[in-house]
Amino acid sequence: MEYIWIFVSAAIINNFTLAYFLGLCPFFGVSKKIDTAFRLGLANIFVMVITSVCAWFLNTYILVHAPYLRLMTFIVVIASTVQFVEMLIKKLSPALFKALGLFLPLITTNCAILFLALTQTSRGYNFSEGIFFALGAGAGLTLALVLMAGIREEAELSDLPDVLKGAAMSFLIAGILSMAFMGFAGLFSGA
Amino acid sequence: MSNQPSVYEETLKGIWRENPVFVQMLGLCPALAVTNSAINGFAMGAASTFVLVGASFLVSMFRNVIPKQVRITTFIIIIATFVTVADFSLQAFTPALHKELGAFISLIVVNCLILGRQEAFASRNRLPFAVGDAAGMAFGFTLALIMVGGIREILGSGSFFGIPLFGDNFEPWVIMILPPGGFLTLGVLLIIFASIKKMRDKRKLVQIES
Amino acid sequence: MSSENSAGPIRLIVTLGLAGLFSGLVIVSVFLATQPLIKKNQEEALEAAIYRVLPGAETRKIFIEKDGKLEEAASAEGVDAVYAGYDPSGRLVGYGIPSAGSGFQDTINLIYGYNPFEKKIIGMQVLESRETPGLGDKIIKDQNFLDNFSALVVEPVIVAVASGTKTKDNEVDSISGATISSKAVTKIINQGNDKWRKLIDEKTESEGQGK
Repeated sequence: MEYIWIFVSAAIINNFTLAYFLGLCPFFGVSKKIDTAFRLGLANIFVMVITSVCAWFLNTYILVHAPYLRLMTFIVVIASTVQFVEMLIKKLSPALFKALGLFLPLITTNCAILFLALTQTSRGYNFSEGIFFALGAGAGLTLALVLMAGIREEAELSDLPDVLKGAAMSFLIAGILSMAFMGFAGLFSGA
Repeated sequence: MSNQPSVYEETLKGIWRENPVFVQMLGLCPALAVTNSAINGFAMGAASTFVLVGASFLVSMFRNVIPKQVRITTFIIIIATFVTVADFSLQAFTPALHKELGAFISLIVVNCLILGRQEAFASRNRLPFAVGDAAGMAFGFTLALIMVGGIREILGSGSFFGIPLFGDNFEPWVIMILPPGGFLTLGVLLIIFASIKKMRDKRKLVQIES
Repeated sequence: MSSENSAGPIRLIVTLGLAGLFSGLVIVSVFLATQPLIKKNQEEALEAAIYRVLPGAETRKIFIEKDGKLEEAASAEGVDAVYAGYDPSGRLVGYGIPSAGSGFQDTINLIYGYNPFEKKIIGMQVLESRETPGLGDKIIKDQNFLDNFSALVVEPVIVAVASGTKTKDNEVDSISGATISSKAVTKIINQGNDKWRKLIDEKTESEGQGK
């Protein structure tokens, strides 16, 4: 089924973080605790789906007449959505709001979300395809975040040489994760 | 205010000491995504330079008239304008490069480096300083991209800026131009820089003690 | 930053409004200035691809589907189209058919030339792909692979076979080590044929041979 392919492709085969290099700031920044990583992933999924829907409406009705405004309108939509999600989380769960701290407004600069909107446009996805794409991309992002957080939690407990500590280690881990995920390529090609 | 750094110093810091990619860890998405070759890294760096310097120029010029509450939105509008201009220009004048860089040109607008510089520096400093800071950061960014792109291209394609380096017998390390190669290259570079810093700090410590 | 503690709402709106206005003006001007050049680049790229897959063709016409038939159109904006190529004497060489589908890594975008008189593929060019460098991306440049498409019989369908085992005229020798990418190419061409061949064959027959 087309939709399943779009979802699995975005989540695993062409994982936004490990294959397309998107969403790296939260990937390397916040991913130290599995809990926080997972919740941030969920927030991202939420923003992505809303963005996908808004992008579809913009593309279908407004941007047909002014394609050059695409970037501007997309980024404004994303910034507004994030603002809205921020207020929502603050109201529903002040504890989570505190835990996520600065990373919430940073969702705006998460290249994954803008990339989602732009790619959805260039591939010409319709409304439902766009939503599956957003869900898949978000799921993949969350997966990468959680994996990285889990590995780093373990790494904290082991004895690392000084120069490896921090960023360098994370990149090497990411490289290996990325290699592992490459194994998923060609998953649907038999079909 | 006698300790205020000069314009020259503000520019220089972005190249090494506060290098956006290696030290500040900003702008990682393009730093890994389009550095599968040196020329792609250079092109992305050049486009980002255009946006960063242009935006910093305008933000600094109007810093006293932009109200605080809408400053981020205004910054984003300015940055998005420059990015759109860069996107169309590349598409018109260098279609091949535009195809290589793809969506990542548009993604310059969410490059945390550019928005970060506006908020942290350009909006609080006079024009020459703001432009100097932007130019330095942009130059450091471009340098980092060329470095990562160069390494990946040399090992993964056997060429540098398109010029083949090794003979026909060279079996390229294809993984380098694939995603894992990006992560690994940056990781190894960070290890190298951390080691250099460690040696320098040790040497300074020895000098102080002796 | 602004020395006022809190600017009134009018000031906020005016600032955003002016910024938006300025931004809009700049974007529109650059857009208008670069569009002709961008269109020209795209035209040239498409033309080059069409003439590459229809050897001997020097002029072309655009055809879209309308009411179940193939009809000439002025442009291919927003609709799927095929491109008929004609040699210098005005004879139809064939139709350039764009098609796309999923490859090993991502979507493959290609165009191939179809000769309706002999019912053969006479050329193929990959336009866009993200296949594995050194392996799958051989579908773009490997001459042995591309030679498969210079006189490929399309009936009943095109089949990709293991490298070096081609025996029939409708078979394509896969690239060893890149079977999936090769199979994807044949699948994409078959899909393109499913979509356009009937329309093209009908039109060619209705116009008589050698038009």
